[in-house]
Amino acid sequence: MVSFPVNKIREDFPILHQKVYGRPLVYFDNAASTQKPVQVIRAISGYYETDNCNIHRGVHFLSQRATEAYEETRKMVQRFINAASSNEIIFTKGTTESINLVASSFGKQYISPGDEVLLSIMEHHSNIVPWQQMCIEKGAKVKFIPIRENGELDMDAFRKMVNERTKLVAITHVSNVLGTINPVKEIIAIAHSYNIPVLIDGAQSISHLGADMQDLDCDFYCFSGHKMYAPMGIGVLYGKEKFLEAIPPYQSGGEMIKEVFTDHTTFNELPFKFEAGTPNVEGVYGLHAAISYLQGLGMENIRNYENEILNYATGKLNAMGDIRIIGTAKEKTSLISFLIGSIHPYDAGVIIDKMGIAVRTGHHCAMPLIEWYKIPATVRASFAFYNTVEEIDSLVEAIQKVRKIFGRSTI
Amino acid sequence: MTITEIQEQIVSEFSLFEEWEDKYSYLDDIARSLPKLDENYKTEQYVITGCQSKVWLHSDYKDGRIFFTADSETSTTKGIVSLLIRVLSGHTPDEILNADMGFIEKIGLREHLSPFRSNGLTSMIKQMKLYALAYKTKSEVGGQNSDI
Repeated sequence: MVSFPVNKIREDFPILHQKVYGRPLVYFDNAASTQKPVQVIRAISGYYETDNCNIHRGVHFLSQRATEAYEETRKMVQRFINAASSNEIIFTKGTTESINLVASSFGKQYISPGDEVLLSIMEHHSNIVPWQQMCIEKGAKVKFIPIRENGELDMDAFRKMVNERTKLVAITHVSNVLGTINPVKEIIAIAHSYNIPVLIDGAQSISHLGADMQDLDCDFYCFSGHKMYAPMGIGVLYGKEKFLEAIPPYQSGGEMIKEVFTDHTTFNELPFKFEAGTPNVEGVYGLHAAISYLQGLGMENIRNYENEILNYATGKLNAMGDIRIIGTAKEKTSLISFLIGSIHPYDAGVIIDKMGIAVRTGHHCAMPLIEWYKIPATVRASFAFYNTVEEIDSLVEAIQKVRKIFGRSTI
Repeated sequence: MTITEIQEQIVSEFSLFEEWEDKYSYLDDIARSLPKLDENYKTEQYVITGCQSKVWLHSDYKDGRIFFTADSETSTTKGIVSLLIRVLSGHTPDEILNADMGFIEKIGLREHLSPFRSNGLTSMIKQMKLYALAYKTKSEVGGQNSDI
């Protein structure tokens, strides 16, 4: 094991120190939402204790202080993902809202009947349904890039699918079911060679890999705070300034206007044009603390430790014999989807839960992918940097219990 | 046996197991021994909505009594529906409609009772009672043996 102070880090996460069903809680549902360190929790309560007020429009002291903190966080996000300008950072509710914003506003501006939007078959529903609905409305078409059995994207198929009708490629950086890290830089370069913009869903990658907008050169990038140790209800849309300037506002109301007349409105400049209404200021305070926390640990250190956890868990599960891992791409983040013999994932989940371990069972909001594999669902254990090898040993023990109870199952 | 007596019998069977895992093992045994559901009934028409795992439920009405058969893709859910069938199958519509199904709470699988658990226990009981109501209504207007 690399020297990573996991036990000290765990002290920062109060929620981890409790028992469920009389056993120590093991939290392996980090791909759904991560836990929050005390630094984030304190930032939120601190906001309400000393800074709470509405931002941007008050001349009073509190409003100025909160506005400064809010805008400083925008700059912090800009630096964290190496965007060219803080005008390119839009605060949203989360990845889902970020994608909906682009689907709606980009769709209005650029999509016509007969056009195509390229997605992959491994997308989360939140990177399928907004495109599908927009395309239905516009008479356009959504197409899905297939994958290979190991869960890697079929790049040959992708190259063949790009054509003059393609108006946008929207693809996840990391699959929430398979853990596959997609070659997004290569995808972006290929799409750009046809002048096609690319949206990257970074919900599953940001907390593991970080992100570099200028290096990736993507046109849109979306992520959620709550999957990167920040609160729920805050997220980010990164968009290249030229696109954010060109597309119309998504929602309208206060904050996003320059001047309102009874018969028309002029819109505010970036980034405010896309932030209608009172924003989630407490969420932004929490996001600031979460990014500080991640930077304190170092993204490289996080990546190395999580890789070791993934390798340890993969080795242990493979050694059990009847575990089928769904998603064996060469490049993965720290999550494992699996099936235990012919036992239904729901049954497995019921028992693993009783052992105090939080895993996810089901289709993980990626029904087309589960359908592609022709399986009913999977059990998914997703790891964060506060997880330990001992916790993985507990999972192995829980799986043995599942096999003992349902082992004869042919259902 | 009455519906209440069958429930008491199930509660006493489960009380033999002290460990929760043995209760689940027993539930798996019960699931395994449920008579097979005719494949023709494994269609959308017979699916009980509101369950996380698929459950198909079919009923027959013979000589004033209702007979249920079912299947599920998961062992846990199939075990639970098997218990419900054991309690309710072979009884009259009135008996089923008036049945108080409190036994699951007493067998040590309490978490399966929570309405927020989407295993569909509530939906399954509701569906069985709906069948009972439909047969009752039908027989009152002169219907005899049939399925719905």
